Amino acid sequence: MTSLPEKTDKKLGLVVDLDICVGCHACAVNCKEWNAGAKSAPLTDYDPYGKKPDGVWFNRVHTYETTDEAGHGQTVHFPRSCLHCEDAPCVTVCPTGASYKREEDGIVLVNEDICIGCKLCSWACPYGAREYDENEGVMKKCTLCIDKIYNENLPQESRVPACVSTCPAGARSFGDLGDPESEVSKLVAARGGYDLMPEQGTKPVNKYLPPRPRQDGREGDKAPRMLEHADDSTEGAGLIARWVDKILS
Amino acid sequence: MHPAKSVIFFTTASGAGYGMMIWLGVLAALGEVYPDASLGIVTLGLAFALIVAGLLSSTLHLGRPERAWRALSQWRSSWLSREGLAAIIAFVPLGIFAFAWVVMGTNSGAAAMAGLAGAALSLLTLYCTAMIYASLRPIPAWHNGWTVAGYLVLGPMSGAVLLTAIFHLFGQSKPAAITSLLSLALLATGLLVKLAYWNLIRNEAPVSTAGTATGLGHLGKVEMTGSPHDNDNYLLREMGFRIARKHAEKLRTIAVALGFVLPFLCLLATIYLTGGLMPLLLSALATLSCAIGLAAERWLFFAEARHAVTLYYGEQAV
Ligand code: SF4
Ligand code: SF4
Ligand code: SF4
Repeated sequence: MTSLPEKTDKKLGLVVDLDICVGCHACAVNCKEWNAGAKSAPLTDYDPYGKKPDGVWFNRVHTYETTDEAGHGQTVHFPRSCLHCEDAPCVTVCPTGASYKREEDGIVLVNEDICIGCKLCSWACPYGAREYDENEGVMKKCTLCIDKIYNENLPQESRVPACVSTCPAGARSFGDLGDPESEVSKLVAARGGYDLMPEQGTKPVNKYLPPRPRQDGREGDKAPRMLEHADDSTEGAGLIARWVDKILS
Repeated sequence: MHPAKSVIFFTTASGAGYGMMIWLGVLAALGEVYPDASLGIVTLGLAFALIVAGLLSSTLHLGRPERAWRALSQWRSSWLSREGLAAIIAFVPLGIFAFAWVVMGTNSGAAAMAGLAGAALSLLTLYCTAMIYASLRPIPAWHNGWTVAGYLVLGPMSGAVLLTAIFHLFGQSKPAAITSLLSLALLATGLLVKLAYWNLIRNEAPVSTAGTATGLGHLGKVEMTGSPHDNDNYLLREMGFRIARKHAEKLRTIAVALGFVLPFLCLLATIYLTGGLMPLLLSALATLSCAIGLAAERWLFFAEARHAVTLYYGEQAV
């Protein structure tokens, strides 16, 4: 059914902290690693060892540079994957019912057994979250690691998406964004988490946390450039320290 | 958007086919065309051939053509599904209409009713095709009313031009005169619609920007300094198509001149040059020119449409 559910019980999704992300691409690589053997396997590669390797990925890390009017720049690493939108246009355009949004947790999935590979869903997604698999003739996308987060063979702490557990910097969090009391919701509230392209009307579940403001060298709150000598004065020092100081100086 | 040959062929060919069906149904209902069997075979046959070739070409280009029937299931939400259903349902009255005309030698009464129903469903199919594009918000060049107007006018327009040539071939000057007038009106309307469309996509304020796509707009200008991949991926091949402005202008000139102006002049001339082979030659030239012009128009429709995902890859606004 490609009509969207009225509401979902949970809104599982990711929170990406752009202040923390160091652009190491580990999330993208581990996403590929996990999903190459999971629900959407194979995660096809074309010409993997050749001159122009290419393939299907669910997560891509871009790097942007921003420049303000004063010419001050900032580098921001930016992972991009499916946002599991509440009003997912990729779902409603699908003619076969292969694309759907789960009522229980809001995860947007493709049923690869009935997808006809018309590619319309990838046109309907503003975020480029869907990648067509030329070899399989079907559409593929982030599954929110559905076969990991509910996997009872894994210890509880491992039941998070591969991109989240692998991030060495801790820039990615996973949880229920529909529950205002969840850790992720609190994080979003505290840090001013935002939607990508809200004007597209997709109501993304995933949120991005903005980079914290950088110091531009004019403000006085910089870290000290040099350590002060801590032993210049004996005031407040203990008896032995004062005695040693006296002998030495 | 990548201008795929299959989609360009599908939309122009089946557009002309449905356009022919619409006018054949209307002419029959008005009693303006004699149900001559060979005329029926050629006109209805060509219309069916164009429609089926278009549908087949778009089906065969699916990743999994053997599952194409599944596309009929989601008509509640999907315009692609609705298009498939409308196309298939339209075959029923159109089939009856064609059978009555070619085999039973009649296109009036019940046959005309079937023809009119077929015409309505043909128009509905064109509307569904248009809505597939017009409903895609990430592509502002498609997400507007002129897209719908374009498909609704250009299909019947090319169908009328093509029918005029066939009527002249069969020496049917009465229906040819009607479709000539229709063609002239539709060529003029079609040109106005396309000019309005091009004006809109050129001057429309951008919907999304690199700033809203990344949410970093408050930090100033956002530029990509590092791509996630060294080679083109699916997204860039499918949606990252870019056309140089000067090429677009050239193609626009071709589309206007061959798609609209030349066919208009040719058909206008047939009103005065009625002797001998002139009407046939002129209307055949109009058809050929219109086909080339519309292919250029459709190619531009794809090539000029920019998708929001390109904002992540260096585009500043769409
Ligand atoms: S990010 Fe794209 S693919 Fe994912 S739910 Fe939203 S529209 Fe669909
Ligand atoms: S490519 Fe598959 S999932 Fe996407 S719209 Fe077509 S049938 Fe649906
Ligand atoms: S949630 Fe899973 S599938 Fe989605 S981007 Fe992360 S690792 Fe990839």
